[in-house]
Amino acid sequence: MSSTGEHLVRSFDQDLKKLRGMLADMGGMVERQIALATEAILQQDTAHVASVLESDKRVDALEQEIESFVIRLLALRQPMADDLRHIVAALKISTILERAGDYAANVAKRATVLAQYGSTINMAGLTNLARLTQRSVHDIVTAIGTEDTAAATAVWRGDQAIDDVYNAIFRELLTYMMEDPRSITPCTHLMFIAKNLERIGDKATNIAEILIYAITGQAVQDARPKGASSAYVAVPPLP
Amino acid sequence: MDMNTITLATEMPARAAADVTARPARIAVRGLDFFYGDNRALKSINIDFPDRTVTGLIGPSGCGKSTLLRVLNRMYDLYPGQRATGEVLLDGVNIIAAGMDLNELRARVGMVFQKPTPFPMSIAENIAFGVRLHEKLSKTDMAERIEWSLTRAALWTEVKDRLDKPATGLSGGQQQRLCIARSIAVRPEVLLLDEPTSALDPISTLKIEELIDELKKDFTIAIVTHNMQQAARCADQVGFMYLGELVELGTAEQIFTAPRAQRTREYITGRFG
Repeated sequence: MSSTGEHLVRSFDQDLKKLRGMLADMGGMVERQIALATEAILQQDTAHVASVLESDKRVDALEQEIESFVIRLLALRQPMADDLRHIVAALKISTILERAGDYAANVAKRATVLAQYGSTINMAGLTNLARLTQRSVHDIVTAIGTEDTAAATAVWRGDQAIDDVYNAIFRELLTYMMEDPRSITPCTHLMFIAKNLERIGDKATNIAEILIYAITGQAVQDARPKGASSAYVAVPPLP
Repeated sequence: MDMNTITLATEMPARAAADVTARPARIAVRGLDFFYGDNRALKSINIDFPDRTVTGLIGPSGCGKSTLLRVLNRMYDLYPGQRATGEVLLDGVNIIAAGMDLNELRARVGMVFQKPTPFPMSIAENIAFGVRLHEKLSKTDMAERIEWSLTRAALWTEVKDRLDKPATGLSGGQQQRLCIARSIAVRPEVLLLDEPTSALDPISTLKIEELIDELKKDFTIAIVTHNMQQAARCADQVGFMYLGELVELGTAEQIFTAPRAQRTREYITGRFG
């Protein structure tokens, strides 16, 4: 949110600094939520589930706070150019972060159910997906703070890898379910978990686009990385 | 593909120019310099005022925006020691060349000032006065012209029953609309507005802005304003001036959302001025 020089009205600079701080706090919280939620799944440890759900309330509250602060800034400061782009970006990014936090909460909730099954399903794919998603979110949250378009672009391009891993997990889980119908319940939960993680990756991509526009003033023109294709996977009916 | 590069909008082939700033220029300024004595107040200005569009000029005090406006109808000719060099082409004719008929020019390029300047006469006479300088109209035609110009200036319904009353009895906002009516009564091609609302209350200001939006269907308009929101609301294209130079010219949308020049950015975000 920086630009060369300070505003003639110094309190405006303080407002922008405060907005940056709120967004950084929110980004940090969501990052932590995702880390704890995936840990709960991968380690089959439900100790942190409550903490993720608790944190979700704080993220929601912070989103509300950012929204009213942005509305106040727009009304009182009537920002232009970089300021306008950054303030609107903060509003949009906070909504997206809140959504990403919801996905993390959803993942965490499923950890409790999964724990009851003591599943023996191979988690390598999911571990990889969680690692990629966490890195995307971490990188984009950092890029918001440093205004790094190159980092934002790398996140944007990185979504393809996340989608590929997700598609592979989807197929893998389908085979487990076909082999052993008793695995259907845990596998369905794992599918939703994978989907949620994949959606979190998409959110990081959305934030990257918004951030690039806020910094450069120019919209991203490249075609979006190809999305998850699991919607088109068809299992042939039994003869 | 390189992970760290991405295609941005401006690197794409230009989209079909549907915007009004692509219209042919009604006034084309080329290499214009202006001097107050030895002081060079405008430096090599090049700018087009496209036909039937609103061009807003913004910039800090003393940047030359009012000076540029005053060149467009040679208002400066009234003062000794002021001169312009270069070309200001109105429909292809250089209006700053010697031999230009100034009365004709000022009928074609009307001007409205910061403070309303009604003549100390009746409302109707304020309009008729200027018209008579340029045309001989019958009583009926003159009455029609007065109604036409007051209607176009969104003042008719407010004054139609008191046309013979003194114009000085009108409110500030009404007086300013009367001045606009007076300017358009001679049916100019171009209308110059030098901070037309800076002395008005917010409601009168909005009425004038609404009027500008209406008038641009018929007239080419140039407006100098200190109010950036006003430029953003009224203008199709906006020029940012600084120290006698035109730093940046673009559509209002581009200038106010993504200015290219550092100086423009700093000025419109309130970092200097």
